[in-house]
Amino acid sequence: MGPRSLAFTIFVHACALLLAVVILAPVAWLFVMSISPAADLSAKPLHWWPQEADFSRYKLLLSTVENSAGAAFTAALRNSIEVAGMATLAALAVAIPAGWAVSRTPSVGWSLSMVIATYMLPPVALAVPLYMGLARLGMLNNVFGLALVYLTILAPFTTWLMKSGFDTIPREIEAAAMMDGANLFQTLRRITLPLAMPVVATSALFAFLLAWDEFFYALLFTSDQRAKTLTVTIADLAGGRIADYGLIATAGVLAALPPVFIGLVMQRALISGLTSGGVKG
Amino acid sequence: MSGPFMTTRAWLLMLPLLGVMIAVIGWPLVDTIGLSFTNAKLVGTSGTFVGFDNYAKMLSSTNFQRTLYTTAWFAIVSVAVEMVIGVLTALLLNQEFHGRFVLRALMILPWALPTVVNATLWRLIYNPEYGALNAALTQIGIIDSYRSWLGEPGTAMTALIIADTWKNFPLVTLIALAALQAVPRDIRAAALVDGAGPLARFRYVTLPFIVGPLMVALVLRTIEAFKVFDIIWVMTRGGPANSTRTLSILVYQEAFSFQRAGSGASLALIVTLLVTVLAASYAVLVRKTAGSAR
Amino acid sequence: MLKTTSKMLLGVAFAGGLMMPHAFAETSLNALFMAQAAYSEADVRAMTEAFTKANPDIKVNLEFVPYEGLHDKTVLAQGSGGYDVVLFDVIWPAEYATNNVLVDVSSRITDEMKKGVLPGAWTTVQYDGKSYGIPWILDTKYLFYNKEILEKAGITAPPKTWDELSEQAKTIKDKGLLETPIAWSWAQAEAAICDYTTLVSAYRGEFLKDGKPDFQTGGGLDALNYMVESYKSGLTNPNSKEFLEEDVRKVFQNGEAAFALNWTYMYNLANDPKESKVAGKVGIVPAPGVAGKSDISAMNGSMGLGITSTSKHPDEAWKYVAYMTSQATQNEYAKLSLPIWASSYDDPAVIKGQEELIAAAKIGLAAMYPRPTTPKYQELSTALQQAIQEALLGQASPEDALKTAAENSGL
Repeated sequence: MGPRSLAFTIFVHACALLLAVVILAPVAWLFVMSISPAADLSAKPLHWWPQEADFSRYKLLLSTVENSAGAAFTAALRNSIEVAGMATLAALAVAIPAGWAVSRTPSVGWSLSMVIATYMLPPVALAVPLYMGLARLGMLNNVFGLALVYLTILAPFTTWLMKSGFDTIPREIEAAAMMDGANLFQTLRRITLPLAMPVVATSALFAFLLAWDEFFYALLFTSDQRAKTLTVTIADLAGGRIADYGLIATAGVLAALPPVFIGLVMQRALISGLTSGGVKG
Repeated sequence: MSGPFMTTRAWLLMLPLLGVMIAVIGWPLVDTIGLSFTNAKLVGTSGTFVGFDNYAKMLSSTNFQRTLYTTAWFAIVSVAVEMVIGVLTALLLNQEFHGRFVLRALMILPWALPTVVNATLWRLIYNPEYGALNAALTQIGIIDSYRSWLGEPGTAMTALIIADTWKNFPLVTLIALAALQAVPRDIRAAALVDGAGPLARFRYVTLPFIVGPLMVALVLRTIEAFKVFDIIWVMTRGGPANSTRTLSILVYQEAFSFQRAGSGASLALIVTLLVTVLAASYAVLVRKTAGSAR
Repeated sequence: MLKTTSKMLLGVAFAGGLMMPHAFAETSLNALFMAQAAYSEADVRAMTEAFTKANPDIKVNLEFVPYEGLHDKTVLAQGSGGYDVVLFDVIWPAEYATNNVLVDVSSRITDEMKKGVLPGAWTTVQYDGKSYGIPWILDTKYLFYNKEILEKAGITAPPKTWDELSEQAKTIKDKGLLETPIAWSWAQAEAAICDYTTLVSAYRGEFLKDGKPDFQTGGGLDALNYMVESYKSGLTNPNSKEFLEEDVRKVFQNGEAAFALNWTYMYNLANDPKESKVAGKVGIVPAPGVAGKSDISAMNGSMGLGITSTSKHPDEAWKYVAYMTSQATQNEYAKLSLPIWASSYDDPAVIKGQEELIAAAKIGLAAMYPRPTTPKYQELSTALQQAIQEALLGQASPEDALKTAAENSGL
């Protein structure tokens, strides 16, 4: 790269600063709202910074006293973790063998394309029969039922990621192990899977984030604390019937913490996942 | 090992995936197709066969046509803006400046924020009486009185698109940035020596490397945008005067609020068909541009 | 009266509990309420706790959704048998009865209830001569006004007619006291229909005639014309078109509205100095009328508690509903939601500190005008909401907007 003029350097820094503000300002405001007293939030002109930080809403939402607003929120938190966790594990369980099969036997690859094509289906196209089917099985308003539905959102992505990962592991390594007398599953378990561990981790992160974010099915298929997830809880709070904007913001901050934490800490893995599908596609 | 054995084994390994997909997606889809030819209610009566009545009724309704237009507008504008800003910010982040690694790390923030939280956040920002946007713009002096951002059909859609763009452009940035970093330095240096201007360098040196990944991002984002539900549900519920009601919201209303499962199913399938045609034509486009760019 | 009933129930429950302490398992009920300010989540939880204390063998799980989600949640939960007790709006019994969502509880209603509850309240839960629950929230829209602002503007009495309201608002605006003196809840939601219905009642309009839409002419059209005129003249806060009731309350208690149309609950909240900047200056009267047509206007915004047809514990559910709607419970929480019981309105404990509200309620509640009773209410309402918003935003004339709504109403 050639030497840059001073003007260009200034321009780049100014743009970078602007970008940083655009990205940070809304998130920062969400947090400020969550610790501002209600009066500050309905003041005109608006108070941009609370005179006194008020963390009471966090305490309120995270309390576990039975039959309280906090209990409802923590139940939703637990449901979100359970549903996203189960769906992620199940997605990996089906994606690892399927991804390996497609990687090693490309002639069956068309079936994976079909699976991935289901991504185009809008959830509303499946919602009515799914609703009726889950009702018949008694799995409405049930974390297992919801996790089962989520599995089908996660599995196409994770399988595709796993396939890309297996593609980078030479078959020769597997062949050598087989020659030493190991059977297929031993080979997979001892040789291939350890090598593919970074991809497994990336797939798991993606799957978890996707499941955490889901709203539509959760809105339709859950009705109370037994299965209602965080996204639905927050949408309920934001529905315009709560006068304390700070409480809505607090719920938002709490729901955003896990994925944002994962995003920031695991960023390398996530970006490699984001691009491995894209670059090769 | 022989070919047929490998193939059989591969199918066996794919069985769990295919089984789940057929049970939870394939079968409901077939069921939806069946429902769409009946006048079934959501709960109770399974309905009687009515042929193509539902389709005819939906396709000819002005509600559907308006909603289709609204959805297309949302999808096209938001995706276009996300692509442009995404590529520009990727070019920026590919420059050398202090703190660029921190900034790259920050880009993941909007993307990691749950969609519903994002929608909630922007709804609060746009609040007509106590929102941060009104406060900021009046204090800077850009507007002299508070506006109803989500209450006017003109600004409501724009406000939604801004909220959606803020969350989704970083995805494009990250994909484009990764691709940019794969551009060999010597090619760029050679172009510089040849005296190519910045625009020419972008068009002939950089673009061929990033167009493939960008196309994938474009397809994914367009499909997502056509299916959009969450952000609109939380921010406007389709208002004001249904100016932000998208197809998914319309299907929800028909099938669940009005409990008409039959016509709701037909509407959902029309949407599915639209998205499929769109994605297929994109796929053709991807193949063509990927071929010509290399 | 019901005090004794509930005490009896209580006694029965205790006796049962003592006789077979471990013989029957604890019954678990699921109840769906709405997240709101009147009978707030905390209130409902407190009432429920009192109930479970009196009935240790019954456990009640509470679920709160915003009003906008109440109907869909109830309908969707049929598949899972999710709820035993649901809160329902006055407009839904027709649909719920037709689709067998709620059970007919007519035979469970005691004579005491029949006599004690205000006759107008019963219409909330009835369809086709059957009762599908007990009314719980008895409510109508009142006109709230800021006494201080009216005084500053030299206005001595709150408006008696809607035209007078416009004139007074204009005075306030002209004197520079407030830019936009009136606040309404006109978001694309049921809230807008409630305000519209109040005006329809003032103009003596009719929603349906022989089952066919009739709001596009006469009083129904006059009502929308009034809304549009008030909006266009700048007397109405233009943000009203995205307000729900809580937004109206915020604006009013911030002192940014001289007049506001809202439910009972706003009276005591806006008078609470911890919440409000206008505490002590809140005036309340029945919504105005129209000269030559009506003295006041009011609409039925009541809600009831019912038992779902999928409930496996209808007896326990009924016990819970009876407790929640009992006079004792309602009197205790009468600050934000007025009781359904006639005699409560003469009970000094209930009246104390809210004499003005009770005075307005006595007139308003007696004149409540119903929204149409039809199984297709959701569609009708959706079409009307769109019409109101289109007319306000100038996308269509009120005539055309209502005509289109009549065509799209599904009736």
